[in-house]
Amino acid sequence: MTIEEKQAEIVDEFALFDDWLQKYDYLIELGKSLPMIEEKYKTDDRIIKGCQSRVWLNAETNDGAIRFTADSDAIITKGIISLLIQVLSDESPEEILNADLHFIDEIGLKEHLSPTRANGLLAMVKQMKFYALAYQSKAN
Amino acid sequence: MSTETLDMEKIREDFPILSEEVHGQPLVYFDNAATSQKPTPVIEAITRYYTQINSNIHRGVHTLSQKATDAFEETREKVRKHINAEHAHEIIFTKGTTDGINLVASSFGQHFIGEGEEVIITNMEHHSNIVPWQLICAQRGARLKIVPISDKGELDLETFRKMLNKNTALVAVNHISNSLGTINPVKEITEAAHEVGAAVLIDGAQSAPHMPIDVQDIGADFYTFSAHKMCGPTGLGVLYGREEWLEKMPPYQGGGEMIKEVFLDHSTWADLPHKFEAGTPNISEVVAFGTALDYLNEIGWEAIEAQERDLLEYGTARLSEIEGLKIYGEADQKASVISFLIEGIHPYDVGMVLDKLGIAVRTGHHCTQPIMDRFEIPGTVRASFAFYNTREEIDRLVEGLKRVKTMFA
Repeated sequence: MTIEEKQAEIVDEFALFDDWLQKYDYLIELGKSLPMIEEKYKTDDRIIKGCQSRVWLNAETNDGAIRFTADSDAIITKGIISLLIQVLSDESPEEILNADLHFIDEIGLKEHLSPTRANGLLAMVKQMKFYALAYQSKAN
Repeated sequence: MSTETLDMEKIREDFPILSEEVHGQPLVYFDNAATSQKPTPVIEAITRYYTQINSNIHRGVHTLSQKATDAFEETREKVRKHINAEHAHEIIFTKGTTDGINLVASSFGQHFIGEGEEVIITNMEHHSNIVPWQLICAQRGARLKIVPISDKGELDLETFRKMLNKNTALVAVNHISNSLGTINPVKEITEAAHEVGAAVLIDGAQSAPHMPIDVQDIGADFYTFSAHKMCGPTGLGVLYGREEWLEKMPPYQGGGEMIKEVFLDHSTWADLPHKFEAGTPNISEVVAFGTALDYLNEIGWEAIEAQERDLLEYGTARLSEIEGLKIYGEADQKASVISFLIEGIHPYDVGMVLDKLGIAVRTGHHCTQPIMDRFEIPGTVRASFAFYNTREEIDRLVEGLKRVKTMFA
């Protein structure tokens, strides 16, 4: 599935929810159920600091694709990260770098994108793209 | 014991934003420690300034400039009265509390903090009352010492007294902690500091909105606060400085009204307070801040304190009913701030859900990271009350927190 298709799938899924409560319940469920990062990767150099919560992000390459794993101490954030990972993980550096992540806005979680409230969400997207750039330069 | 002294319905009507809806719910605004809401007279004062007397001050000979200057200086006098300063020229208008602290750190610091000397701050300071001192201490080769706090969130005064010595140049302490609500015994602190010849700066950002201040009684050398936390406009603050210090301190910034004479090789400085007010000040804000002070005085500080005390007591009791909720900051003397965590739920998650219910609280470290490190927590949820808040709103918060608990269970 392409990044666009994966985004469309999430948007369709969220269209089933009637209100914010259901969306949050879903994010909480995602946040709780996904073991996203190995403990050994929860190191200070993998931390993305926001004013609100902490996010750990790790990236590895696998056959030219980048696999992301992450965690956060806040569950809603963790739920959103798992969406980001669902969309961006196992893609090539080029795909990740060119990705336009419009789905967060479309599923009605735009407020999570505001720079201060993003809890590092924007920083996280930036960091994912940064990893992609680093792997791309290494490959060339 | 509900307070009958305030006509709450009328007061709430004075604040148009309180009838706004957020996510389809009536707004409950509990982020007053960050900034207060503005009553209609203050909002109108800003419009009136721009529609009737907008003009630059102190320099013009024309009528508008005179009117604007008068209105500006009237506020200075109102502030003087509000904090019982001896002279109006001890009142410096700044951009805010942070600006006031930086002014003192930079200007006082350059002249009166020497190598090997010491600056004392506390473990409960806002970043704005930490970083400027770190900067000036590094520049001057001085040492920064930190007064520890107890588990209840009170200053360890015994240790503080032991820290004081003839090398202490300055003590900087907040009057009320924004994260814990602790009201510090500033008069006692000032007296002890003066015994060793140290000056004292008090960060009054969280106290000026809640009580009348008497800088002479406290014995403060510097006292600084922000207009926007006390029903006034943003971008404006006050620095009170004792005349004898302000006279001896060099200017902080150059240009505009702070000048007496300028030659190409040197300049001389204007008299107080203008020496510290470079450039065109926030005239409309200053004028409207005068209206804010009038508004607060009219409501009455006793009534304000009574209402806020009631909200603190009621809020503490109601929040304590929630299982797994722990309040941080249990000082005997406390302002209307309740900082808390619910076991197993991150403050950000709590804040996000409350927001959807129309309830505005602050979450995170509240720019007091050292406090969070002290208690080994990532941050807290903070509900801070103003006199225009009600018990019913606290009930909504309690209902909201119960919902949060169900969602994250």
